[in-house]
Amino acid sequence: MIHYLPILILFFIALGFALTNVGISEILGRKRPTKEKLTPYECGVEPVGSAHERFSVKFYLIAMLFVVFDIEVVFMYPWAVAFKSLKLFGFIEMLIFIGILLICYFYIWKRGGLEWE
Amino acid sequence: MLNLVALILLFPLIGSAMNGLFGRRLRKESIGYIACGAIGLSFFISVLVFIGLLLLPPEERIFEKHLFSWIQSGSFNAAVGFQVDPLSSLMILIVTGVGFLIHIYSMGYMHDDKGYHRYFSYLNLFTFSMLLLVLSNNFLLMFVGWEAVGLCSYLLIGFWFEKKSASDAAKKAFVVNRVGDFGFALGIMLIFLTFHSIDFTEVFNAASHGEFAIGNITITLITLLLFMGAAGKSAQIPLYTWLPDAMEGPTPVSALIHAATMVTAGVYMIARCNVLYMLSPFTMTVVASIGATTALFAASIGLMQNDIKRVLAYSTISQLGYMFLACGVGAFTAGIFHLMTHAFFKALLFLGSGSVIHALSGEQDMRKMGGLKNHIPITYKTFLIGTVAIAGIPPFAGFFSKDEILLEAFVRGNVIYWSIGAFAAFLTAFYMFRLLFMTFHGESRVDPHVKEHLHESPRNMTIPLIILAGLSIIGGFWGLPGASALNHFLSPVFGGHGHNEMHGVEAGAHHGIGLPSLMMVVSTLIAIGGIWLAYQMYVKKQELPKKLAERFALPYRILYNKYYVDEIYDAIFVNPVKKISVQLWKKVDAMMIDGSVNGVARFVTGTSNIFRFLQTGYVRNYAFYIVVGCIFILILTTWLNK
Amino acid sequence: MPNTSIMTFNILSILPVLILAGFGMMVLVVDVLSSRKMGEKNFLAYLSLIGVVIAAFLSKNFTGTTLFSFYGAYTIDNYSLFFQFVFLLCAGLTILISKNYVQRENINYGEYYTLILFSTIGMILMASGADLLNIFIGLEIMSISIYILVGMKRTRLTSNEASLKYFLLGAFSTGFLLYGIALVYGATGTISLRQIAVFIAGKGGVLDPLLLAGMGLIIVGIGFKIASAPFHAWVPDVYEGAPTAITAFMAVGPKAAGFAAFLRIFFIAFGQVHQDWEKIIWILAVLTMTTGNIIALIQTNIKRMLAYSSIAHAGYLLIALVAANNMSVSAILFYLLAYLFMNIGAFAIVIVISQKEDSFLKISDFSGLAYKHPRLAIAMTLFLLSMAGIPPTAGFVGKFYIFSSAIKSGYVLLAIIGVINSVIAVFYYLRVTVAMYMRGPEREFQPLTLSPFIFVAIIISIIGTIQLGIFPAKVLEIAQRSILLLR
Repeated sequence: MIHYLPILILFFIALGFALTNVGISEILGRKRPTKEKLTPYECGVEPVGSAHERFSVKFYLIAMLFVVFDIEVVFMYPWAVAFKSLKLFGFIEMLIFIGILLICYFYIWKRGGLEWE
Repeated sequence: MLNLVALILLFPLIGSAMNGLFGRRLRKESIGYIACGAIGLSFFISVLVFIGLLLLPPEERIFEKHLFSWIQSGSFNAAVGFQVDPLSSLMILIVTGVGFLIHIYSMGYMHDDKGYHRYFSYLNLFTFSMLLLVLSNNFLLMFVGWEAVGLCSYLLIGFWFEKKSASDAAKKAFVVNRVGDFGFALGIMLIFLTFHSIDFTEVFNAASHGEFAIGNITITLITLLLFMGAAGKSAQIPLYTWLPDAMEGPTPVSALIHAATMVTAGVYMIARCNVLYMLSPFTMTVVASIGATTALFAASIGLMQNDIKRVLAYSTISQLGYMFLACGVGAFTAGIFHLMTHAFFKALLFLGSGSVIHALSGEQDMRKMGGLKNHIPITYKTFLIGTVAIAGIPPFAGFFSKDEILLEAFVRGNVIYWSIGAFAAFLTAFYMFRLLFMTFHGESRVDPHVKEHLHESPRNMTIPLIILAGLSIIGGFWGLPGASALNHFLSPVFGGHGHNEMHGVEAGAHHGIGLPSLMMVVSTLIAIGGIWLAYQMYVKKQELPKKLAERFALPYRILYNKYYVDEIYDAIFVNPVKKISVQLWKKVDAMMIDGSVNGVARFVTGTSNIFRFLQTGYVRNYAFYIVVGCIFILILTTWLNK
Repeated sequence: MPNTSIMTFNILSILPVLILAGFGMMVLVVDVLSSRKMGEKNFLAYLSLIGVVIAAFLSKNFTGTTLFSFYGAYTIDNYSLFFQFVFLLCAGLTILISKNYVQRENINYGEYYTLILFSTIGMILMASGADLLNIFIGLEIMSISIYILVGMKRTRLTSNEASLKYFLLGAFSTGFLLYGIALVYGATGTISLRQIAVFIAGKGGVLDPLLLAGMGLIIVGIGFKIASAPFHAWVPDVYEGAPTAITAFMAVGPKAAGFAAFLRIFFIAFGQVHQDWEKIIWILAVLTMTTGNIIALIQTNIKRMLAYSSIAHAGYLLIALVAANNMSVSAILFYLLAYLFMNIGAFAIVIVISQKEDSFLKISDFSGLAYKHPRLAIAMTLFLLSMAGIPPTAGFVGKFYIFSSAIKSGYVLLAIIGVINSVIAVFYYLRVTVAMYMRGPEREFQPLTLSPFIFVAIIISIIGTIQLGIFPAKVLEIAQRSILLLR
């Protein structure tokens, strides 16, 4: 357990740092609130409507697809590094992997997951 | 051929399943053919098995077919397996043979019933259960069959369940049988505790190898408990009251279940356990006394009954009493012999009465019959043969078996058994001929409307009657005294002690050379005496019964009301229980109505409220429970580890 | 790097899994390629059924072999094969009862079948995993698929709600499981179950707090999946909201998979420290069956009632887990198989009785069923009696063996509590039977449309329930041969 002590110390330092900063600004800072200052995005533009608006589910879908394929690509880096020692096996393995990705891509495409309307 | 034994059971089961599941869609003919075909095939295989057994030398005539082990737990091993030996092979022949004839008869008798497929499904299921009972090689499987025949009997007695009397009778049969079954179940448990096995072979081997002295108290207790079961199923005193009521079922059912097969299960069970019974003279005395008493008691009630089927029902009880008397004096062969002949002639009589009832459009009261012999000649002739057989006139089947029982009762038992048996035989001859005369002879008392429709039954009903009549004539020769094939055949099962002929003849020699012959003459005379009296009273001087009834009003009333046994049972057992339950119901009910919350109700609503409160439907609450559970487990792990 | 090739992985060992995955993807693609209307895509069910059958045959070929593949992460032994059989049978029966149901409910998506196949893969991985990580991955594959399956009926609010609830709580509990695995790894330095056992043996069977806490958290995580109290609260809501066929599937599959993993982890990795976890599981067992049975008493919705009954069944199974002898392993295997038949059978009947949009699911809707559809009523009665544990049904033999195993290990009190609980249970099972047989119909029964698929499923369930009840010896023998290795 003793090996984890530095981590614990770091944890407390980080926590202390954050709390100190927030606390100092709270204590030292002057507060003269006006209506403009209290609006979100205090940058001159009048806010329109509520910030709690519902987004179309399509955003999530696209984001999710992006993440999925993005992560799959990450897998290729370690593969590329180890490619030489993996030899033919690694090559076939990656072909299968990409094949599965293609099937998924095809499915998404046909299902209409890439269409906005 | 012996390996085919499982098929005997399989066919009725398939038949029952087919009719039960698809019967509604099948045509009536197909239903009948399926049911009869199933039993017919079963009978055919039974014959093959029987022949297969005969081909073996006598000492090897035991065959066990182990199918699979059912429950195995520690030393307790319940297998599903069948045992074919002379006793069970004889039983399967009777069950499938008589059963087959009754199935055919039923096709005619039940033809217009709307529950046709249900009826045949039950009937096949019954046959299956009965075969399971007789073929099983251990007590537990036998008990399964035992319960299953009880269930089928319940279903068939209450077959016309719209009739209140029928469903009441079914309930009564079920409840009374439960009392006996309770004893049987206890007996099996005690057997397992004593012998550490419930396998027939193992138990009987252990019992016959002298581990238990004669009169051993455990064995006595076991045999008494088993006898309790037998008395329930075979309608002996004091558990006989269900059988007369069971006549509410369709008549072929009465023939098959409540005359030829199921009710003899008790006799079969005692014969099967003969090794155990021979170890307990006390139980044997109990069995013999109850058998003899029942024989006389039921016969005396039969004298005054006016319902044709009830007379036959009491006669069945009485005949079963004979069988128990035989077993009780150790003459198991004689008991089984009578079981067989009784199956023939009693099935014949019941089917005959069914034919009469059929002809009279459902009339069962003998006071509204009479003079039928010319209208339904085949029924009359076959019925006459059955009556003569049961009355014990040589050379009909009943004579030999009954005579043998009386002889054995005299030789091995005592004069009291004999005289009770002989007197009961006299009564039997009397009431059976009373029935015959009242039904078929004399002037017609039939309702004019009914009389127009008087008709002989169709062929599929009369042919079984004729076959059974033939069996009632020749069935006795198999057990002919002096050269008894049956005796020889059954000797492997009953060993030395059941071997009545040797004992009987030797013992007879001490009493005088001609004892068996003398007995024959005496019992024939007794039977003729009974017939003569019946003839005098019901044909010659028909005013005599009435006069006698007026003269001896009290005995008449007692007999007519069946010794008031049902009323006594009601007063002692049924009504108090009812009263208590009514009281309970009133109390509990009143408490609930009063609003003083009943304990159970409060508990249920209370818990329901607690859990309704917990089952909020909010994910955050559920997550909270998980956290609580987690903390609880973590505390527990560390705490327990301290 | 060691000489890596297909052979070192022994890729053939996961052939059934590969087949399921392949067919799963095929169903997806075929679905989007077809131009037929949704309700007419019968081939989806056919295709996935073929996949399950092929996988079952392939898995049968392994019978009797024992091998470790993927560097010891994946095991094939009789134990995992028995579970593979249970899962594949479960998936197959679910597909059979689904085919007409999904068409009726307008959810005949290719994804439906694909996800059933995928979650079956997850279950197989759980049962075959020889290290904690593999078990965890299997559990996630299974769970994520089922989260979606529960919400398959997108247009119905209860289905959405159930899916979301299950997902949130599932993710929550997965956190506990993963944390537990991390702690165990932290304490022992390995995730392999056998290595953990070696480690514990090296310590002389004394666990340090970290390992204990890890073990406790694993109990929480898997306890959630098998619906053990107090992690059961999601069950009724989710079972009620899910499409009925999926309810049948998730009442059996994840529970069996959870027990497969539970047994492997606690018998192999923590087998020597039985005294450290038996009391916890003891309490969980009592709590689980009692809660399940008592709340089931007051349910009016048949799916909710069966949900609580499924909680109670998890409780019975935990009894055998506590007993921890060889008999209890075979008892659990046997009971799960029995539960598979009676549960899917009962849900199949519920599907037949219910109408479009999953209406008519109240117990009172079963009133008078025996007069209108006597055969359905008999089948339902059979399944309920089996669940209640009345001979000669599968449920009776299963309970008999579970309680015997408890008594054999000396847990008499636990066995008694179990018996009392099964007596309580008889009441609510019989309530349905009483409604079917002794009350008049409270509604018009539609004429029966029994498709051959669901008919076959019901027949298989009936045969299974009766056969296991009357001829249990054969299956028990197989179950007895499937005891865990390295005990």
